[in-house]
Amino acid sequence: MSAVTQTPAAASADARKAGDWLLVATVILLGIWVLLPIYLLIVNALSSPEQVTAFPKRFFPSFDTGSLSFFINFAGVARALWNSVLVATLTMILSIGFGAPAGYALSRFDFPGKGTFRFLVLMTRAFPLPLLALPLAVMFIRTGLDDTAIGLALVHTTLALPFAVLITFSLFSGIPVELEEAAWTLGCTRLQAFRKVILPLALPGIAASAVFAFTISWNEVFAAAVLTIENRTLTAFLLQSLGESPLYLKFAGGTALVVPALIFIFAVRKYLFAMWGIANR
Amino acid sequence: MAEIAIKGVAKRFGGFTALHQVDLAIADQEFMVLLGASGCGKTTLLRIVAGLETPSQGEVWIGGRRVDHLPPRERGIAMVFQNYAVFPHLTVFENIAFGLRMKKLPQADVERRVNRTAELMHIEQLLKRYSGQLSGGQRQRVAVARALAMEPDVILMDEPLSNLDALLRLEMRAELKGVLAASKTTTIYVTHDQVEAMSLADRIAVMHQGRIVQAASPVEVYRNPAARFVGSFIGNPPMNFIPATKTGNGSWSVAGLTLPGPKSDKQRIEFAIRPEDVDAGSEGLHATVRVIEPLGPHTLVTCDVEGGLFRAILESNASVKVGEQLRLAPKADRIRWFDPETTNAL
Repeated sequence: MSAVTQTPAAASADARKAGDWLLVATVILLGIWVLLPIYLLIVNALSSPEQVTAFPKRFFPSFDTGSLSFFINFAGVARALWNSVLVATLTMILSIGFGAPAGYALSRFDFPGKGTFRFLVLMTRAFPLPLLALPLAVMFIRTGLDDTAIGLALVHTTLALPFAVLITFSLFSGIPVELEEAAWTLGCTRLQAFRKVILPLALPGIAASAVFAFTISWNEVFAAAVLTIENRTLTAFLLQSLGESPLYLKFAGGTALVVPALIFIFAVRKYLFAMWGIANR
Repeated sequence: MAEIAIKGVAKRFGGFTALHQVDLAIADQEFMVLLGASGCGKTTLLRIVAGLETPSQGEVWIGGRRVDHLPPRERGIAMVFQNYAVFPHLTVFENIAFGLRMKKLPQADVERRVNRTAELMHIEQLLKRYSGQLSGGQRQRVAVARALAMEPDVILMDEPLSNLDALLRLEMRAELKGVLAASKTTTIYVTHDQVEAMSLADRIAVMHQGRIVQAASPVEVYRNPAARFVGSFIGNPPMNFIPATKTGNGSWSVAGLTLPGPKSDKQRIEFAIRPEDVDAGSEGLHATVRVIEPLGPHTLVTCDVEGGLFRAILESNASVKVGEQLRLAPKADRIRWFDPETTNAL
């Protein structure tokens, strides 16, 4: 009976409902996939050392700061944290400082070798870092750049630069040339037009690209481990010292790595969602 | 005083020549329309005058000053772009004030000028909005107001109405004409829309393949096309062309009809007539009616004349039927002749 009376409209409504459920289920699954490990990491970091090693595992934090305070006071952590911030900030400044002008040039000018240039920018990512790290280490020792924040930041910049160039390239390409030309006809020099028109429109994207460079450096471990000894960044420090440390210390260290990256991205999320959009179409 | 002189301007992009040695003189306060199909070089020419493009050769003079080596900001021009180019991060007020602030005018002057031009363009109630909150027509008004507020010597407009819908375009067209006439600036206006060109222009420069084919008043361009292209491009429907063969000195045979024409040593030339310049009657060209389109004020009749298409605009009470044989008599003073080799008028 019901099979006979079911109209096509009802069938399509059923299909849509099923589709909705599938969407919700997928969203939940992906949410769990991303959030659960972070949640467990933070729960364990916020539990006392005894609770972390105990069984059964807790699913809610006891907000015991024992693990974290032990980690913070662990010899060298504060310094490694400072090094990480320093290197990541330098990387951010260098990547945007070099990447944004390159992206602007790519989007606005036609010059011989433009295609080759874009290709070469990408090519820098074709060589595995371990392959480069050893000759780099030798060169850095010779030039005295080894074990310095600026030396490591230079390496991280080569990793982050291709992304900075390509992100800013598409960013500037998305801003109509006419806006710039209008500014020129209204009395701006090229530089003034860039500062008064292009920069305000590109700022959200540049911020996003800067955050991206920061996180690339913050998360990078291989070059950091090879090229620094005394001035370890947090990742390199954790890799070196936490292998043999107790479980609760690993959780605390992991949290210390993840949380800043999360906060940073969260803080600039509104920039990432483009403040004004380009409402000129 | 801001007359414009374009002297021998050429533009090449790599191997492609966008403009061949263009010469054009535009009088002070004249409304000059550059008209042509897309790719004819009209926008390139406008951008060269604006300083957004450098000519490969030639000179541009504005108000007696050679400007082709100057950046746009030093040419005394303002430009309105096809896609409006209203700055999305600034309010309408700040958009209009942008150029005035670059000139470092005192705040009181800025406010006075912005309010006046906003009033002129009927956007005074929008001054606090952002471009994202405006419709296409409103953005266009902002772009024009921004150009007018500069009080430039020359206003350059690059297809400013082509992104608007038909009704709005009609309204803006009339408004633009009034506003620009009152502002007493010299205007160069680029369009591919012949109706727009005819209705706005003091003079039309018809461009084709990187050359100015004719620069004259709208009526002159319509009545006396300097070249076959102008006749076929301007007018809707366009001019009719029929091959003509020589039958004597200054006498030509056109589709069986013998007509007096220019004295030429060529054996074959072309006869041309506008669709509205023929009368249906007992003599004239032999035409077989193919399609009849009653348009209200008149009727458009498409016929066969000597195996070619021929369009005639007849009075709407003319009773013609498909398949019927007509005699279409061309009005003698409206007949034009073209040289098929040079395509120039004879």
